[in-house]
Amino acid sequence: MKLKWAFLSLVFTMAIVLTGCEPLLVLNPQGPQAETQANVIWISIATMSVILIIVLAILITVLIKYRASKQSDDYEPPHIKSNPIVEGIIIGFPVLIIIFLGIVSVSSTYKVETTPEGYEDQEPLIIYASSSNWKWHFSYPEEDIETVNYVFIPEDRPIEFKLYSYGPITSFWIPQLAGQKYAMADMVTTLHLAAENPGEYMGRNANFSGEGFAENKFDVTALTQKEFDEWVEDIHQTAEPITEDEFNELLKPGHLGKLTFTGTHLDFSPAPEGEHAGHNHGDASEQEDHSEHSNH
Amino acid sequence: MEFFERFAIYHPSPLIYASMVAIGLVSIAIVVGITYFKKWGYLWNEWLTTVDHKKIGIMYIISALLMLFRGGADAIMMRLQTAVPDNSFLDAQHYNEVFTTHGVVMIMFMAMPFIIGLMNFIVPLQIGARDVAFPRLNAISFWLFFFGAMLFNVSFVIGGSPDAGWTNYYPLASNEFSPSVGVNYYNWALQISGIGTLMTGINFIATILKMRAPGMKLMKMPMFTWASLLTNVIIVFAFPVLTIALLMGTFDRQFGTNFFTSMNGGMDMMWANLFWIWGHPEVYILILPAFGIYSEIISTFSERNLYGYKSMVWSMVLISLFSFTVWLHHFFTMGQNAFTNSIFSITTIAIAIPTGIKIFNWLLTMWKGKIRFTVPMLYSIAFIPLFTIGGATGVMLGIASADYQYHNTMFLVAHFHNVIIPGVVFAVLAGFTYWWPKMFGFMLNEKIGKWAFWFLTIGFCLAFFPMYVTGLDGQARRMYTYSEATGFGPLNMLSFFGAGLMAIAFALIVYNVYYSFRHSPRNVGDDPWNARSLEWATHNPVPEYNFAVTPEVKSSQAFWDQKKHGHKLFDKEYEEIHMPNKSGVPFIMGVLFSIFGFSFIFAIWIGVILSAIGIFACMIHRTFEQVHGFHISVKEIKETEEKFGGADK
Repeated sequence: MKLKWAFLSLVFTMAIVLTGCEPLLVLNPQGPQAETQANVIWISIATMSVILIIVLAILITVLIKYRASKQSDDYEPPHIKSNPIVEGIIIGFPVLIIIFLGIVSVSSTYKVETTPEGYEDQEPLIIYASSSNWKWHFSYPEEDIETVNYVFIPEDRPIEFKLYSYGPITSFWIPQLAGQKYAMADMVTTLHLAAENPGEYMGRNANFSGEGFAENKFDVTALTQKEFDEWVEDIHQTAEPITEDEFNELLKPGHLGKLTFTGTHLDFSPAPEGEHAGHNHGDASEQEDHSEHSNH
Repeated sequence: MEFFERFAIYHPSPLIYASMVAIGLVSIAIVVGITYFKKWGYLWNEWLTTVDHKKIGIMYIISALLMLFRGGADAIMMRLQTAVPDNSFLDAQHYNEVFTTHGVVMIMFMAMPFIIGLMNFIVPLQIGARDVAFPRLNAISFWLFFFGAMLFNVSFVIGGSPDAGWTNYYPLASNEFSPSVGVNYYNWALQISGIGTLMTGINFIATILKMRAPGMKLMKMPMFTWASLLTNVIIVFAFPVLTIALLMGTFDRQFGTNFFTSMNGGMDMMWANLFWIWGHPEVYILILPAFGIYSEIISTFSERNLYGYKSMVWSMVLISLFSFTVWLHHFFTMGQNAFTNSIFSITTIAIAIPTGIKIFNWLLTMWKGKIRFTVPMLYSIAFIPLFTIGGATGVMLGIASADYQYHNTMFLVAHFHNVIIPGVVFAVLAGFTYWWPKMFGFMLNEKIGKWAFWFLTIGFCLAFFPMYVTGLDGQARRMYTYSEATGFGPLNMLSFFGAGLMAIAFALIVYNVYYSFRHSPRNVGDDPWNARSLEWATHNPVPEYNFAVTPEVKSSQAFWDQKKHGHKLFDKEYEEIHMPNKSGVPFIMGVLFSIFGFSFIFAIWIGVILSAIGIFACMIHRTFEQVHGFHISVKEIKETEEKFGGADK
């Protein structure tokens, strides 16, 4: 009995907290990808609650009805052989639930791995986001600018973040816009998202990457396309160009504030993608050797 | 000088030095104590050289409890550090070491040895055997585990603890980003105890397949034995992967190879794959025996036969197979395409089917039963809803698209504690209480046990349910601190409070052992719980030879058959019993292995070579050793049986 009440009150408290006045970041999506994910989360919570309620109902019934203290001393519980109909139900029920959630999972997984729904006709904005201990570098190849620890994006436009790392594996995560994806040293991964409303969003590295991990955050700001264009224009007029030496200096472990440059580091320190993906870390002479070999 | 600097690294916190001093003092106190009470001979003869599966089982459990307190202290420190925003109780590096050791200790040196300890004690009794198939190998398994665990703990004092998480992902774990010897400790401590575990796997498969009592067909084995068989099959398939992965990591760090680097064709993603190809089956290695324990306990205290025996067995077989097909769900976010993620998403959530079947079977076992609320049963009852929640959030995490939001957050931390604590920890505590009279011949106090149960259950809920919420609110795991603006503060404080309640529960459990040792009546008889399976057909505590006469079995509830249906378990005359000799060599090999590991960690090659020679010498010695065991005479058996108030003959 005590167990039942303790348990019910806990579920109840959780429900209150979950639906409380301050919506949780993940459940307060501001873009189509995060919205898909939030919907999947609600669907799965609802489905799983059904199972939990059934299990609880049976458990409580059994505990109340078949307590030893409620039965006569000479009651001898029967030997019950398994019944094919009962077995069919307890196998069939989980199977049905899993088929349903399997469909939800597969369809939503394909959805978040492509250009956000409703934005297919627009040219996506490509931003390279690379991590180094414990910073994020954002390169805009088309706009020819680079920022550190903050990123501005235009709203209502599909964005493709190209992720990689100058060090440990990190995970690029903006909870209100899309789920996370790893950034690694030998491969580029792609995260699709779009922001539906202008505003500021929290972004961070979610994957443990050493001492400065807790502070490895960045700010995301969504602007209207017009404001975004003005911002780019402004940078071209005010910021200094990034040089290789300066970039190598930035890569050193530590924390930096927000920085802005013209040009991108992609020119002298390209991302590990394309033909030489994962293999363009050696020096130039090594690569020449490779080409000689292939000539044989 | 440089040589010595590697051993004594500087710590910013006086706390660490204080703990080091405490460890030193306790060690000295133990040595002095044993010498003062003249117990060295007893320790050596009765415990360190034993090959008896019962004593080895007890040693496993004692070590696991010790490690539970080590890992628990880590847990309390983490919860304390994150209880309030911007706390400075631990710095980032120290916090990283604490959560790394917490994870490794709890999985490798607490949960697994506890499970293996219970298996050691119970499985031979449940199948009516005198010991395991290879008693000497069993002792080696234990000592390798024990010295692996000790080696890992030495890292705290000498050289620095590992700090790359228990998952130890490269390149973070490489020399470049983790320059201290900590990760070397990780590699060698896990390697040495892992070899021990692999031997356990082989040993128990042989034991269960070859040494069952007459009449005990596979489908007439008690459920815990079935679970143990499947667990050990998983061990034999999964652990070699860990062995090789650790070896590759060792080569990367100590010999400059490039298996997991991002240069020269190495690949960091390979470590993640290898780690989880072992790591996912590993969690089923923990949970299957737990399922077995619950099956025994629920059936006993409902006074009912286990419902759906066949579907219980088949669902465990399915879980074992599936355990090798889901590893990728630990990194859905690593950039595979949607098709790959979809496949692994389906295999992952499909595990819920056999698990769900088991939950319903347990519920139906209680149906029409006569439920007694003893301590083991309370743990089993609480397990059902709590594990259902853990399983439900597991299914949620298994949905790949949504996992992008849960991954690496406190939601994940809440989930795996939600399955491991009510799943594994409740199970071993239930099993510990249930089989305690089997081990020591008296009962643990029920009243204190119930207090501990409530503290643990409520503490668990308060400690981990808030994490589901903070995870969805964007709190990443493994952050040593967070700002006040995030709003994570109150819920983290609640977690800390819950962790405190859990600490009280574990203190109560230890107190219960002490209290019961002093005050519990010693004449509990052979069947204090009105149990059903074969292990209860012998005396409490179990005599050295287990069963005076080999039992003949006709169902999975052999003891129940004897009590209720007049089945004759022991229908033979006493005969001489052949027993294996004890040996100090397994212990010596354990010591040599730990010297080998320690020397390798610090690249002291002379120590490596000498200890390797010693290890091979032990093996050669074994090859030429002429030991044939000894015999317990019929007279001795009769005397022992009479002392226990007459055999059931």
